Amino acid sequence: MLHPRLRRSLLYVPGNMPSMLQNIPIFPSDVCIIDLEDAVPRTEKDAARLLSRRFIEGYTQRNKELYVRINGLDTPYFRDDLAQILPAMPDGIRLPKCEHPSHLRRIDDLLTEFEEYLGCEIGRFKIIASVESAQGILNVNETARASERLVALGFSAEDYTANLQIDRPKTGEHLVVPRQLLLMACRAAGIQAIDTVWADASDQEGFRRECEHIKVLGFDGKSLINPRQIDVLHDVMAPKPEEIDYALQVVDAIRGAREQGTGVVSLGGKMIDAPVVARAVRVLLSAKSLGLVDTDIDERVIYGDADA
Amino acid sequence: MRINKKAQAGTMQSSDLIVFVEPADDLAIEIESTVQQQFGHLIEARVKQVLKRLSVEQCRIMVSDRGALDYAIDARVEAALRRAN
Repeated sequence: MLHPRLRRSLLYVPGNMPSMLQNIPIFPSDVCIIDLEDAVPRTEKDAARLLSRRFIEGYTQRNKELYVRINGLDTPYFRDDLAQILPAMPDGIRLPKCEHPSHLRRIDDLLTEFEEYLGCEIGRFKIIASVESAQGILNVNETARASERLVALGFSAEDYTANLQIDRPKTGEHLVVPRQLLLMACRAAGIQAIDTVWADASDQEGFRRECEHIKVLGFDGKSLINPRQIDVLHDVMAPKPEEIDYALQVVDAIRGAREQGTGVVSLGGKMIDAPVVARAVRVLLSAKSLGLVDTDIDERVIYGDADA
Repeated sequence: MRINKKAQAGTMQSSDLIVFVEPADDLAIEIESTVQQQFGHLIEARVKQVLKRLSVEQCRIMVSDRGALDYAIDARVEAALRRAN
């Protein structure tokens, strides 16, 4: 079953900027992504790797998921990125320019080699990959299934529009097709879908409208470039009171069924199946992160466990 | 590690530091910091730790600090030394 981990907000943090890195523990985003790619000039890649590594090593009281965006497989930098960063044990890698399933398989193999070298569990390092071109969108269905490590696919509108040789109006009508294709591929593969960044950090109203749009489409989250965007996004993604109420009823029904030792869960005469459970858990995790409920999610109760 | 040429790493942004390294016959460390009085000796101790870890015994190293935390001092000193190697 899809683990309904909350990934609403994925904040990029430049890997060569201490003033931003050391705020990672207090940024209220669900995920921080330390960026070694676009945010770091070529001449500073070495220093950014070292700085990011030392920061991650010292960030032992992790309070959010931590990914590192490495440089693309078409650059001379990604191997050194992995070699420097993985020993510090981030949760995973954000892979840019993932335009073909073979890109994911290649990085998956490399991560396995590092896990063997580092003596950690195979599969420990997760991947969130970015689709950034027309070819990437056309291949997205296969890409979404190319690695067990892949927890989400992200869409990058900046590179996509450049690849299509079009402008990027804020209204987003030119992004309808790639967003829908990426979203459907993610849903079909049982992984999460992450929308593109909103580049104009000064336009909070435009940002809010885009957040509302991608929520309607069904995206799980959005990549962010500015900490000021986090609260707006979380506010838009907040579940409605009736959603929270229904989710609480679902969890109660599961708990009741577990106590009676039955695997069949029903609520109001309707059977509750796995997607409904996953949605209820996501709603409650989101509500809890915003202080709207104080219900703890016990996975053993939710997913069934002999000891629960 | 042998220091063969001049190099530097870091920036003058807040919470960062710049480290300059150049070849020398012995070891010389100079620290300039916005928090010199309270933390100058701790910064120097941190620099010495990195020099020891990378087995650097001869060089001139100048640090201009803007309130960096330990992890940033470690990383910038190491980056400058590796670039000077």
